[in-house]
Amino acid sequence: MEFVWFIFLPALAALFIPTLFKRVTGIHTGWFVLIIPIVLFAYYSTYLPLTASGEHAISSFDWIPSLGISFVSYLDGLSLLFTLLITGIGALVVLYSIFYLDRHKEKLGNFYVYLLLFMTAMLGVVQSDNIISLYLFWELTSISSFLLIGYWYTRDGSRFGALKSMMITVGGGLMMLGGFVILGILGDTYSIRELISGLSNYSGDPLFTLAAVLLLFGAFTKSAQFPFYIWLPDAMEAPTPVSAYLHSATMVKAGLYLVARFTPIFAESSVWIWLVSGIGLLTLMWGSFFAVKQTDLKGILAFSTVSQLGLIMSLLGAGAIAYHSDDTLFRFAMFAAIFHLVNHAVFKGSLFMIAGIVDHETGTRDIRKLGGLMSVMPISFTVAFIGGLSMAGIPPFGGFLSKELFLDSMVALKHFELFNFDTWGILFPVIAWIASVFTFVYSFYFVFKTFTGEKKFDKLPLKPHEAPIGMLISPIILAISVIALFFIPNVVGKWIVAPAVMAAQPQLYSLPSEAAVHVQAWHGFEYIPMWLTVGVIAIGALLFTSIKKWQPVYGLQPEKLSLNALYDGVMTFSEKGMNKLSRFYMNGLIRTYLLYMFAFFSVMTIVVLFAKGAFKLDMSSLSPITLFAVMNAIVAILGTGMVIMSKNRISAIIALGAVGYSVALFFVLFKAPDLALTQLVIETISVALFLLAFRHLPALKTHGETKQNKLVNGIIAIGVGLSVTLVALSAHSNKLVASISQYYKDTVHTEAGGGNIVNVILVDYRGFDTLFEIAVLSIAGIAVLGMIRLRLSRKGSDDEKE
Amino acid sequence: MELLMAIVAGILFTAAIYLILSRSLIKVILGTGLLSHGAHLFILTMGGLGGSAPPVLLDGVTEFVDPLPQALILTAIVISFGVTAFILVLAYRTYAVHKTDDLNSMKGNDEHD
Repeated sequence: MEFVWFIFLPALAALFIPTLFKRVTGIHTGWFVLIIPIVLFAYYSTYLPLTASGEHAISSFDWIPSLGISFVSYLDGLSLLFTLLITGIGALVVLYSIFYLDRHKEKLGNFYVYLLLFMTAMLGVVQSDNIISLYLFWELTSISSFLLIGYWYTRDGSRFGALKSMMITVGGGLMMLGGFVILGILGDTYSIRELISGLSNYSGDPLFTLAAVLLLFGAFTKSAQFPFYIWLPDAMEAPTPVSAYLHSATMVKAGLYLVARFTPIFAESSVWIWLVSGIGLLTLMWGSFFAVKQTDLKGILAFSTVSQLGLIMSLLGAGAIAYHSDDTLFRFAMFAAIFHLVNHAVFKGSLFMIAGIVDHETGTRDIRKLGGLMSVMPISFTVAFIGGLSMAGIPPFGGFLSKELFLDSMVALKHFELFNFDTWGILFPVIAWIASVFTFVYSFYFVFKTFTGEKKFDKLPLKPHEAPIGMLISPIILAISVIALFFIPNVVGKWIVAPAVMAAQPQLYSLPSEAAVHVQAWHGFEYIPMWLTVGVIAIGALLFTSIKKWQPVYGLQPEKLSLNALYDGVMTFSEKGMNKLSRFYMNGLIRTYLLYMFAFFSVMTIVVLFAKGAFKLDMSSLSPITLFAVMNAIVAILGTGMVIMSKNRISAIIALGAVGYSVALFFVLFKAPDLALTQLVIETISVALFLLAFRHLPALKTHGETKQNKLVNGIIAIGVGLSVTLVALSAHSNKLVASISQYYKDTVHTEAGGGNIVNVILVDYRGFDTLFEIAVLSIAGIAVLGMIRLRLSRKGSDDEKE
Repeated sequence: MELLMAIVAGILFTAAIYLILSRSLIKVILGTGLLSHGAHLFILTMGGLGGSAPPVLLDGVTEFVDPLPQALILTAIVISFGVTAFILVLAYRTYAVHKTDDLNSMKGNDEHD
């Protein structure tokens, strides 16, 4: 079966959601939606044995074959891992949302449409082998994230957060597209697999590093790395199920996926390794430090997500080092990265759901107002306790194992001898350790400030009580998984993590079993990471108990120097700047626009005429000048002059009439009897019309035009006149193709049976043209009549209101 | 002859553009009138002004002037009349409603953006 279509299943289902929401009012729409991720999860699970044996499955559908663009569903260990996360956590989140969002108050139709759209986009991102369709899905995740953050669109914060995330992630996405295009040109293919296999042909190209950096912009903005992370805390305005799903478990991991997927290509680049591991570590440190500053429960989780994403990112960077050394020391990093990614998705999902429950049951997420909830919400507390301790890296929870692997990989980095790591490498374990201490502190801060301590229930907007059971199912399932991950890490490693590691480092392993690392909780007393963990717990506990004493440190950072202020500044500046710029040349005056057009027209015409050598004056083909013509020309020019110079309306109208009649005389001179007749008639009617209308028109006024204005007008007018003269002469002198008139001359009698060629052309050869001309005249006539009859001035205000 | 007519057409265009760029609505209308005259002469000149007989089949006449520009101009004359009539009435309405024919004061304001 062509399973590429399964990517589109959620989007397809989304088509029916609005109808379901409107028609089936008795049942929460979420129950229908829930079917989709469950079915997909079950279906994709069947591929586990395949990927565990190191194989992959492909299904594709050509989209634009001539450009090499297609939808390809490529399922290997890495994409299957993400696929299962998307569908699995997706199912739990939908289940949770059924109890979180009230079906009578919320616009569930919108919500689930966005959510399903996101599911399709995300599946597309992780399964696409074609980088152009990958980019398409990538931006679709940004758009659906925008819609979901702005779900409560009446709130200012939601709209601001939605726009901010959109600006940053789409901006990064565009840079990534640039990287993709460079890669596509270098490798002459848009397929990731072919790019990997043909790597040696183009890896030496100078543009290779540029492609790597551009691609990282996409990954860093999406995965909220420093300094782009600022959108993630503002994205917390979204409903909590969305935060749990998009902004911790799946979408923000798309950047990690991208880095892992492109590691086989860019691992040789030192810029790649330094950027990925360095920025990752900086983000880890920055996020964990500022998490303790936050007072909003979801704010703490947002910063902790930023920090954890940084941790995985730095591990992915370290994973690329495995390409440069045979030492097995460096092989842990990629495994640790993937393993922690799974852990993080599980524990962070449960923590977000708990934050949502606390918000739902107490009416606030402000940690300063919360406290002592343990007695009324025991189940929520247990789940939060498990998730929090896993995040802090304490046994017996899954997070402990991956945290040890992480510290192990970071310690190993100082043994790496290339790219200056032997001098700077020591920074990695040091920063990693400090960040781990803060991770410990914010985990405890989140769990214990909320659930233990002084009870302040009277200050809460709602009277707290335990959440309904339906809302607790999802976090409980996740909490059980957290514990399970600790006890069966090697099962997970064998089936899920190792195949993904192999997919991310295909050149290093031929079988998943080679990539597997035996994970164990106890390594003996000589194991450095173990002592690091002990240190983390000791110092972390000390810092947590004294948190009141040192927390004011955060007040030292002035608000004006933050990255958020920079973002706001850039946004207002560009908005005002662009407004000023367009106001500068689009000032609303017709004259200005006409000046641009006429100036452009004359300059372009004259330049092209001479640059291309098109100007030609063939004196021999000119017909002889007659006295009549000269006299008539003098009349026309004099009349024209009078129209310009005239100070009153009547003389201007009469002068215009004189010009018209002289044109009619020209037609007589140039053997055009029909034209002359028509011109005479029309000119007479025109003058009559002018004279009729002039009674109602104002006197000729200059409205205070300055000399300078007139001079500019004059110059532009002369330019246009000159180019017209030049074009007329060149057109007459350059007869490059034979005139089609000969055809009319030859056939006018035989085909059309007429004698007057001009008339026959109008009514026969170009009959439709004339028909439409009549239509145009009728429309103009109706418009004229309408404007004369219409009485806006008296009851205009009434008309406009209706 | 073509040289002369090209120059006449150029002068008509110059005058027309000069009027169209002014701030007075009436001058703009006068300008469009001149512009159509200029355009007609321009088309006629491009085709060539030689030729001994009008484009009408008669016994013994074999050399006509080019009929195609004439056909084009014939259409243009009628259309330009329609346009002139339309904007003349438009100007009349505009003046009746706004009591001004200054184009600068008709540019609208930020509220209309």
